[in-house]
Amino acid sequence: MTAPRTLYEKLWDSHVVAELPGGDSLLYIDRHIVHEVSSPQAFVAMRESGRKLRRPETHLGVADHAVPTRTRGGEIPDPQARAQVAELEGNVAEFGVPYADLTGPEQGIVHVIGPETGFTLPGTTVVCGDSHTTTHGAFGALAFGIGASEQGTVMAAQALPQGKARTMKVELVGKRHPLIDAKDIALALIARIGAHGAVGHAVEYVGTAISGMAMSERMTLCNMTIEAGSRMGMVAPDEVTFAYLKGRRLAPRGEAWEAATAYWRTLASDPGAAYDRIVTLDLDLIEPQVSWGTSPNQTLPIGALVPSPSAIADVSERRETEKALAYMGLEAGQPLSSVAIDHVFIGSCTNGRIEDLRAAARIAQGRKVADGVRAIVVPGSAATRALAEAEGLDHVFREAGFEWRFAGCSMCVAMNEDRLAPGERCASTSNRNFEGRQGPGGRTHLMSPAMAAAAAVSGHLADVRDFA
Amino acid sequence: MPSTSSDKGPFKTVTGLAAAMREENIDTDIIFPARFLLITARAGLGEYAFHDRRFDTEGREVPDFVLNAEQFREAPVIVAGANFGSGSSREQAVWALLGRGTRAVISSSFGEIFYSNCLRNGVLPILLPEDDVAALMDAAQSGATFTADLEAQELRVEGQATRTFAIPAERRLAMLNGWDETDQIINQYSAAIDAFEQGQRRMQPWLYQEEQDA
Repeated sequence: MTAPRTLYEKLWDSHVVAELPGGDSLLYIDRHIVHEVSSPQAFVAMRESGRKLRRPETHLGVADHAVPTRTRGGEIPDPQARAQVAELEGNVAEFGVPYADLTGPEQGIVHVIGPETGFTLPGTTVVCGDSHTTTHGAFGALAFGIGASEQGTVMAAQALPQGKARTMKVELVGKRHPLIDAKDIALALIARIGAHGAVGHAVEYVGTAISGMAMSERMTLCNMTIEAGSRMGMVAPDEVTFAYLKGRRLAPRGEAWEAATAYWRTLASDPGAAYDRIVTLDLDLIEPQVSWGTSPNQTLPIGALVPSPSAIADVSERRETEKALAYMGLEAGQPLSSVAIDHVFIGSCTNGRIEDLRAAARIAQGRKVADGVRAIVVPGSAATRALAEAEGLDHVFREAGFEWRFAGCSMCVAMNEDRLAPGERCASTSNRNFEGRQGPGGRTHLMSPAMAAAAAVSGHLADVRDFA
Repeated sequence: MPSTSSDKGPFKTVTGLAAAMREENIDTDIIFPARFLLITARAGLGEYAFHDRRFDTEGREVPDFVLNAEQFREAPVIVAGANFGSGSSREQAVWALLGRGTRAVISSSFGEIFYSNCLRNGVLPILLPEDDVAALMDAAQSGATFTADLEAQELRVEGQATRTFAIPAERRLAMLNGWDETDQIINQYSAAIDAFEQGQRRMQPWLYQEEQDA
């Protein structure tokens, strides 16, 4: 009899090609998503070495990071961004990689379109030159971000040497307030365990709260797992997963669908499977979260005060707090809900899905973006944008004074037209509040889509529960 | 001039001064700001390393940043607080470090993708307990010479007891010998990959669906 195994161990075991002499394993890679920013050097390495892609159809190319979101279809104004997208288009054509065209119906952020097209499937290994590849773990996939050198290895060999991670179970217990969403849960978890609290671990989310969560929220949780330092977050596939995938273009059909779901049902962690670490989070206690600092663990409930360094005993934590407050331009002891904002960004691979846009639209409906605030809504994909328009969400946002954009990474990453100016402050549904992340000198507060919409109509950080 | 082995060939040791960065969570956006990711070359990125720490928003050099101090401008080693290289997977962060001559980074924890990228580019990521890192920061600041020896997996610092560190066995051998990972896998494991695919195609044919349709 085999010992009970976790989801991670099952995914791992089913992908080991060979054990390497030094203790690592060679893992087979089923899926690779390729975007314009991290892939050029990998394609150069392929060309220089004269190698071919081992299985071109297991890769999917798309441009998302550098693309403008104001307009779509014309020439990209920035010459570097234009060249980068052109280089990707040349590379996918040369190497035979399927490509979601910039103006086509499947374009979007890598971590939104992988699931939407059915490219991401349970039981697979998924890699991408992007740290938020953790997102795809929501489907019960072993998904992790890699560097450009590793991308080259995957292209040529369809396999990667990896060391096995330790396992961490994150158990969600209790019942959340209806306006608390997965983003609040993720931020509360990171605040609790730290920005490197999960380094070296594969994180699995379990609990009745997970069973009741839509795929979009599971993706948000897994997406943010990297902000706790883990390369892999995951949720066991279940009926919610199957309902999401059924009928997607690249999902199996007919008999293959039946065989696939039968296999996917075996992936859940066995009863009694052991984890190296268990963290329990009580959802009853979680309030809407906002980050106040420059690392995602520097997060507090919206009702809290900005921390006072003088009250912190630990020298290094005090220094980190002082540094963050100076960069963020915040006063110790100031109520977080009094912090005025200049920008609002709703979108990204964390919160750019239809459910996120609906949640923000519910708050925006019948209200106006506050004077002096610039608010943008950037759907995570062309398909999400089309669906939102079919539901009339674009009208809700436009009526309220939000800009309605085309799909892309936009203001999450400050390498396209959407950037903060030095000193500007943004309420953002993205994933990183790092220094300069949304533009040099820009100040980011992370929160859920509904909280970002509440901030937009208030002109300052605000408690979404006051808008219920 | 610090003495280092070349980034193309085998990595043996690196010797020179170390720049102390006394802060945690120096993420890859700090090491290599996103806007420079529009550059598609991997050479010449050294000038963008820590760009927004080295220069203010007006483009003036920030005098109190350690890599702007005359003594540490060329330092081949960095000693930094926990969670160095966290965040984005951008390999440009490592190429930029390499471009400015950084060949070893010491911290009590690293972003995992960054760590893995270092090992594939001839930058040695040395993981040590927090107390050791704190002591090494003081030594670095006082101008001690650091020698990181990959063969022996030893860190030797003037005036300090020798410390040992561990690098994953496969990567250590590859760095010591200057092996290319992709070549190694293709040369040694192509048959095993073929066999794996045959088995997987039998068990999970839907993963090969597109080929069958084509």
